[in-house]
Amino acid sequence: MQETISFHLNGNETVLKTDPSQTLLWVLRNHLNLTGTKYGCGSGFCGACTVIIDKEAVRSCSIPISDVAGKNVITIEGLAKDGKLHPVQQAFVDHDALQCGYCTPGMIMNAVALLIKNPKPAREQIVKGMEDNFCRCGAHIRIIKAIETAASKIEGGTIL
Amino acid sequence: MKRIMNPRIDEKAYTKKPFLIERRDFLKYLGGGIVILFAPLGGCHSKIAATSLPLNALPDDFNSFLHISEEGLVTCYTGKIEMGQGPIIALAQMMADELDVAFENVKMVMGDTELCPWDDGTWGSTSIREFGPEMRKAAGKAREILLQMASEKLKVPVSQLQVTNGIVTDMKDNSRSISYATLTKGKKIQKSSIGKPKVKDAKDFKVIGKPHHRVDAIQKVTGAAKYAGDYKFPGMLFARIVRPSSYGAKFISADTSEAEKIEGIRVVRDKDLVALLHENRDKVDEAIVKVKAEFLPVKLDVNDKSVTEHYLRSAKKGNITNTKGDIEEGRKIAAKITESVYYDGYVAHSPMEPHAAVATIEGDKITVWASAQTPFLVRDQVSHELGISPDMVRVIIPFVGGGFGGKGDNPQAIIAARLTKLTGKPIMVTWTREEEFFFDTLRSAALHTVKSGISKEGKITFWDFNAYYCGDRGAETIYDVNHQKTTIYDQEEGDPQVHPFATGPWRAPGNSNNTFAREMQICQMAAAAGMDQIEFRLKNLADERMIKVLKAAAEKFGYTPAKGPSHRGFGIALGTDVDTYVAVIIELRVDAKTGHVQVVRASCAQDMGMCVNPLGTLMQIEGCITMGLGYSLSEELKFEGTNMLTRNWDSYEIPKFSWVPDIDAVILDRMDQPPHGGGEPAVICMGGAIASGIFDATGALLYQMPMTPERVLQAIKKTSAQ
Repeated sequence: MQETISFHLNGNETVLKTDPSQTLLWVLRNHLNLTGTKYGCGSGFCGACTVIIDKEAVRSCSIPISDVAGKNVITIEGLAKDGKLHPVQQAFVDHDALQCGYCTPGMIMNAVALLIKNPKPAREQIVKGMEDNFCRCGAHIRIIKAIETAASKIEGGTIL
Repeated sequence: MKRIMNPRIDEKAYTKKPFLIERRDFLKYLGGGIVILFAPLGGCHSKIAATSLPLNALPDDFNSFLHISEEGLVTCYTGKIEMGQGPIIALAQMMADELDVAFENVKMVMGDTELCPWDDGTWGSTSIREFGPEMRKAAGKAREILLQMASEKLKVPVSQLQVTNGIVTDMKDNSRSISYATLTKGKKIQKSSIGKPKVKDAKDFKVIGKPHHRVDAIQKVTGAAKYAGDYKFPGMLFARIVRPSSYGAKFISADTSEAEKIEGIRVVRDKDLVALLHENRDKVDEAIVKVKAEFLPVKLDVNDKSVTEHYLRSAKKGNITNTKGDIEEGRKIAAKITESVYYDGYVAHSPMEPHAAVATIEGDKITVWASAQTPFLVRDQVSHELGISPDMVRVIIPFVGGGFGGKGDNPQAIIAARLTKLTGKPIMVTWTREEEFFFDTLRSAALHTVKSGISKEGKITFWDFNAYYCGDRGAETIYDVNHQKTTIYDQEEGDPQVHPFATGPWRAPGNSNNTFAREMQICQMAAAAGMDQIEFRLKNLADERMIKVLKAAAEKFGYTPAKGPSHRGFGIALGTDVDTYVAVIIELRVDAKTGHVQVVRASCAQDMGMCVNPLGTLMQIEGCITMGLGYSLSEELKFEGTNMLTRNWDSYEIPKFSWVPDIDAVILDRMDQPPHGGGEPAVICMGGAIASGIFDATGALLYQMPMTPERVLQAIKKTSAQ
């Protein structure tokens, strides 16, 4: 069973003819070649597959593609603008907030969504907001610092 | 600090069509310039000796080589891989320093079996510790050759030349200079690093020892960094394998008829392998649960609670690895004796990236992109499994999303290769998280029986340390004891199966278990002696390196002595790991109502010999301390017989943001020493540091890891009852 589904993806109108029951994660990775969004656990526990849908962080492994019809989806590939890294990406680079890098796209997307909701979060709010994104290498401290730095650099309303 | 933008991994090399390079053809492939062959593994190795060189060619043997191109760019070809620990940075630093070229002009080509000579695998801190020094010698040789060439061109003696950023200059006349690029242009020189090429003294280092940012950050923050599961080829199919419900179960049958009703599903059967294939991952996921499979399970009467008794039953005669004096003699002179048993469960590697591999076939040639720590083992495994020559298999390891010792064996790559051979299609095998837990080569559960005594003055009089099933790494005591014995009980070849699951190396294999048992025994003895735990250690240490490390950690932490339990929650552990000396001091809080333990801050001191990248080292220390919170406080696999009950992160808690303490570190200046490695050491201290911290906070003694809230509460109750 195929359906036509259209949505905004990284600023572009996207029309797909596809099985509507497929997850957003595998449609992104397999059909749209956006492999920055990672499979981690397939059950929404780890956050490696986090994308932003209509300004909310969403675990793309746990929603069917049919749910994004008409919505605005942003993946890690859609953050940098005109060859310039998003401030959160830049802060991750500046703080070396990664090791193996596999959780990084999900971390960044979750952090961006966090800053949309709360542009000037306190440290505890960052910790709370990032708590369910997992990192095995132990880059947590640097990720917190990176988000603090990004928050201090982003002017109001320019997060996305 | 200068930020390097260009990626170190040569994507172009990876995406080239598979092709075959004989060893003797390396030079042809590389074009002109200078090639230095070197052998970090030393001597002739059977694996590489198998490919013969023509008679007039160089050496006997090499494992790696560096190439200085006609453009003056330096590339190192190595079988090592990058999985987060950062050899991609530190090795490039070592190369840049030795050759006096800009860091940006050094590139690492890693983990490609066709471009890189044989290597045994990336583990045990060997990239910097073993590979690094040999690579420096190769660079030293290249430098010698280049200076000789420059000397001839500029007509001045070598001693009058200096090099900066790849430009050789006459020290007496700065206007006279020549670049490496000019020197190498049109040349085809090949040499080996055999002999004793001069390498720089520590005082002359310009790049080694300077903090360097990650070179792969831009790729990783933009989603451009490629991992094995990110590759895609025309016609590629995703595979799911019909799995047994318990470990080692024998395949009987699989009814795939329901699964086949899903449009586009293909079934492949080959011996005991039953795989479903589909062009969409979700569809094959949907199909696999419809398969009705029958397996004959292996019965084993053990579970996560009874594993230690099972160990005592299963253990054969121990192997005494270290003995000095006479334990009985030491026992006689002891004023107080402490006898303890320590327990530890099975722990998973749990990397964020599950095992993944994609295989393609073109003619008879198989190419596999795999998430693996052992590219050449993958090649040999695939060649063996398919009965084809290793030359017909190319393995490429792109970025790996965490390994920690768990990606040394490569079943996913072998199955991908089998399926691509059977179908002629590119096949992607990526484990689900459930498969990742189930097929992980787990860190073994462990048991220790430790008996020790102290004199009235607080000197350890004897030390009898028995370690079961965790190996001997870090088992020998670091303390100065006249009467001591270390006995290792472990699986020997031919022993019946002890573990219900596959077990294997886990970051600093066995050392975390051994260090936990030793340091907790020390904590108890310090309390028995009525002494502060650092003062007790200092009284019983003779090794100057260890003493310096402990004092450095205490100073960094701002430690003041007090008899335990001091109710401050200060915990300490020290140890050695492949000749790196490490001490960690922590401050923690225990919630007496819930048993929850929160580590507030941690100070680490490390003598790792030469530290190539202090920033990279700090990141590894932070990573080790953070990862160590998990095996210490929460990580434990539940199982019943051969059935693994823990299958995802909802029942296996790895460290989270709210757990992480403030971390600071001091790296002792030992730049004149060889490097001993920094990717693993600090992880070994966390169990002992947390257990002694809980004792210091509450007086409760914890003998079992992980120290879950229930176990902490139980221990507190036991203490109050006493």
